Amino acid sequence: MSGYTPHTESDVAAMLGFLGLSSLDELFAAVPAALRLAAGLDIAPGRPEPDVFAHLEDLAAANRPCGRELVCFAGAGAYDHEVPPVTRALAGRSEFVTSYTPYQPEVAQGVLQALFEFQTLVARLSGVPIANASLYDGSAALVEAVNLGVAATGRQDVWLSHGVNPTWRDVLSTFAAGTGHRLHDVPLRNGTTDWSAVAFDDVGDPGVVVVAYPNFLGCLEDVAQARAVCDRSGALLVVAFDPVCAGILRSPGEWGADVVVGEGQALGMPLGFGGPYLGLFACTADHVRRLPGRLVGETVDAEGRRAYVTTLRAREQDIRREKATSNVCTNQTLMAVTAAIQLGWLGTSGMAEVALRSARGAHYCRRALLGVAGVEPLATAAVVREFGLRLPVGADLAVERLADEGFLAGVALDASYTDGRHDGLLVAVTERRTRAEIDAFVSAFDKAVR
Amino acid sequence: MTVDDLVPAPAAGGRAASAPLLGRDVEPTLFELSEPGRRAWQLRTTDVPEVPLDELVPAGHRRGAPLVLAEVSERDLVGHFTRLSHRQFSVDLGAYPLGSCTMKYNPKVCDAVAALPGLTGVHPAAPAVCTQGWLGLLVELEEVLCAITGMAAATLQPAAGAAGELTGLLLMRAWHEARGEQRHKVVIPDSAHGTNPASVTLGGYEVVTVPSDARGCIDVEALRSVLDEDVAGIMLTNPNTLGLFEEDIVAVADAVHGVGGLLYYDGANLNAILGVVRPGDMGFDIVHLNLHKTFATPHGGGGPGAGPVAVSARLAPFLPGPRPVRMGDAPDAPYGWSTPEQSIGRVHSWHGNALVLARALTYILVHGSDGLRDVAQLAVLNANWLRQRLTGSLDAPYDRPCMHECVLSASSLKRTTGVKALDVAKRLLEEGFHSPTVYFPLIVDEALMIEPTETESLQTLEALAAAVVRIVDDAHEPDGARRAQEAPHATPVRRVDEARAARHLVPTFDARPPG
Repeated sequence: MSGYTPHTESDVAAMLGFLGLSSLDELFAAVPAALRLAAGLDIAPGRPEPDVFAHLEDLAAANRPCGRELVCFAGAGAYDHEVPPVTRALAGRSEFVTSYTPYQPEVAQGVLQALFEFQTLVARLSGVPIANASLYDGSAALVEAVNLGVAATGRQDVWLSHGVNPTWRDVLSTFAAGTGHRLHDVPLRNGTTDWSAVAFDDVGDPGVVVVAYPNFLGCLEDVAQARAVCDRSGALLVVAFDPVCAGILRSPGEWGADVVVGEGQALGMPLGFGGPYLGLFACTADHVRRLPGRLVGETVDAEGRRAYVTTLRAREQDIRREKATSNVCTNQTLMAVTAAIQLGWLGTSGMAEVALRSARGAHYCRRALLGVAGVEPLATAAVVREFGLRLPVGADLAVERLADEGFLAGVALDASYTDGRHDGLLVAVTERRTRAEIDAFVSAFDKAVR
Repeated sequence: MTVDDLVPAPAAGGRAASAPLLGRDVEPTLFELSEPGRRAWQLRTTDVPEVPLDELVPAGHRRGAPLVLAEVSERDLVGHFTRLSHRQFSVDLGAYPLGSCTMKYNPKVCDAVAALPGLTGVHPAAPAVCTQGWLGLLVELEEVLCAITGMAAATLQPAAGAAGELTGLLLMRAWHEARGEQRHKVVIPDSAHGTNPASVTLGGYEVVTVPSDARGCIDVEALRSVLDEDVAGIMLTNPNTLGLFEEDIVAVADAVHGVGGLLYYDGANLNAILGVVRPGDMGFDIVHLNLHKTFATPHGGGGPGAGPVAVSARLAPFLPGPRPVRMGDAPDAPYGWSTPEQSIGRVHSWHGNALVLARALTYILVHGSDGLRDVAQLAVLNANWLRQRLTGSLDAPYDRPCMHECVLSASSLKRTTGVKALDVAKRLLEEGFHSPTVYFPLIVDEALMIEPTETESLQTLEALAAAVVRIVDDAHEPDGARRAQEAPHATPVRRVDEARAARHLVPTFDARPPG
């Protein structure tokens, strides 16, 4: 038996005796004998922790992580921002790590209050008044936003900017097979969405319009144009925002978003090969009763003291079942708590500083890379932390060559962004990149794209 | 100027001080602790030219109103979240017999694995040549999950059980459509988790509910009566949410397959049968696992979870992509990505909750084939011991041995004393235990669903049982009902006014009524 189960042989014997049984196998009398595994599972027997840990260390050693191995210039939804020891230490407290959904609020005020603070912080970042207690990741938040928009308008046509993260669009398309939503791709022109490219008469009025700010190419969209499409058609405006850039940018709420979604990884989570990350979801007060996922509200206890509890529960799957607004149960609470801690650490001045420093680094890096022979801008629209380039060689090749030089150069772009060619590279620069790192990257880049 | 002018006012809402163990003061929010000008952040020196914001971002794109978060020192931040953690029950503190949630002990080695820089530092879009360790890890996990479930292939993308359910239903849809069939109904038993019907709706299907019989299992005759060629499949939890093994599973599988439907296994209760019986051998075609439950990854206050979906060979071509694969048959062949020909598409922004997946692999390898079987046996032993110990104090609506959890009822207690399942739960909190799940499954009146898990000792089980017996006995004493209904007293807050929270919604600090 492993070191995690406390049963001694005499405990087991005593317990079986109490039940009038003579063996553990008899506990499974209800399982038809023909179905039972005679020889046990076809996996290796258990091994001691240190042996298994060494195996996992070997696997980890077969990766080339960002840090001393690779200087990170990749983004595309996963960013190398500072995660201080204090965030890791507090988010790693076992009271947060080893509890579950706060079904009993009297013994869950810690998680509940942290979520209440998280909701407040996300609402302030997004500029709309209601935020939920998290969803799985950015793509899941987008799927839920579209479902909310369709339910609110009763119209299943969704106009989806091509500037929305392509993997999020893939996920939306996967789930549309079940809901029947009709997704209409709205193309980009010079890096931002060309809303005039959609003929209203051909596809009918949209129920939902989705735009990203900044978009996948790092460009700043004129969100007012998307808002105008919504005002003409009665659609809901969903803005996929970036919570770090929101430190300096006009908020989605200020642009008139009805629903705001985002990927919260940059708020204290490591790159972690893509998860667990954090789906951000916020909306105007009109839509609170269609909100997906958990929502924490402030109230009082029997003695009139301030207390927190999950609320508007009648929306949720365990009560509403097939009529629920969403099927979400377990979400990403620990990541939401992590983000609350990280945002507390950054505070008012740190949030703006991270965004500003990332923008400075990106602009400095972009200008230098555009000085490399054969490198062209993908678009001339304004950017903040991330930007697209066109290279004189294939982007995959450039990424592999630069990895050999110690740089994760960026993310090769889908050919739909580059007229069918595979020469597009998306480069991100965070506040962690030093001038010396950027200068060395540019030198290596110059050799790699020849 | 008086002394009062020189002494700061305490943060509104409570004492922003130490000593949470000495009083029951509420903890102020981060926003009340905030003092303009304080900061915790420290960022790297970069020497990047300090260009002003207005040269970087056009005016129309800059924030109108400045963003105000909180302003605290690192010390205040640590104090705040540490005090919050002291107001939170957790598995590490004590028994957490929350039925259906498998709140077992979470081995600390998994925390150490999930903190390895070689895992945490890897960008999800890095080229495969830089991520061979991660790809190998995912392939290894997929293989052991298939061995445990008796399936042929799996996707690790779904981020939680409900995401796995919807993924499974879309696989079901794709399989039928590839055969040129449009089916519209999915059958679920009335004891199912609420996520099942919600997922069925999102999968574009209509829910058909079948009743349970007097023994707590699916009524096979009732099932046969709703089966026809419009049924895409059935979703089952086995053992079911009553903690009972569906003994007629082979007949159920034959009946569903007989009309061309598929069987979906909800892995919420997989802990009960690890190494004893596999869903694949029962006839299931699609299985989701809850790694945060069965493999203790852990629960994180309500996630992150992970909900991989394993399928039989005939459904493998439809799995979400891209999938981690070995590129060739040689033992030293490199790993890469491959998208199945008829893939339903992505169901996650990246590759799933990767660090959770690494924890699950660690747990599985430490336990191995023998240890996982021990897990199931001891989980079932603990649940049956508690069930027998408590029968008499509470009603046992299904008088037969259970699997990993038992569902008891406070129905008689309520009738004779007025004390409900909820009151029993609240009294248990002040006895130092987390409460069982209450009022689920819906088909049991005043349900208390108790899942002790394999990691609680006989001594802990007895302490829990003795507490329940004490609570039930006290309910019969004079004034006992009032004592139960006023519980808990000894928790950080007393019973919380949920109705007020919904009626006067305050979802953020900024939505607080003035004053």
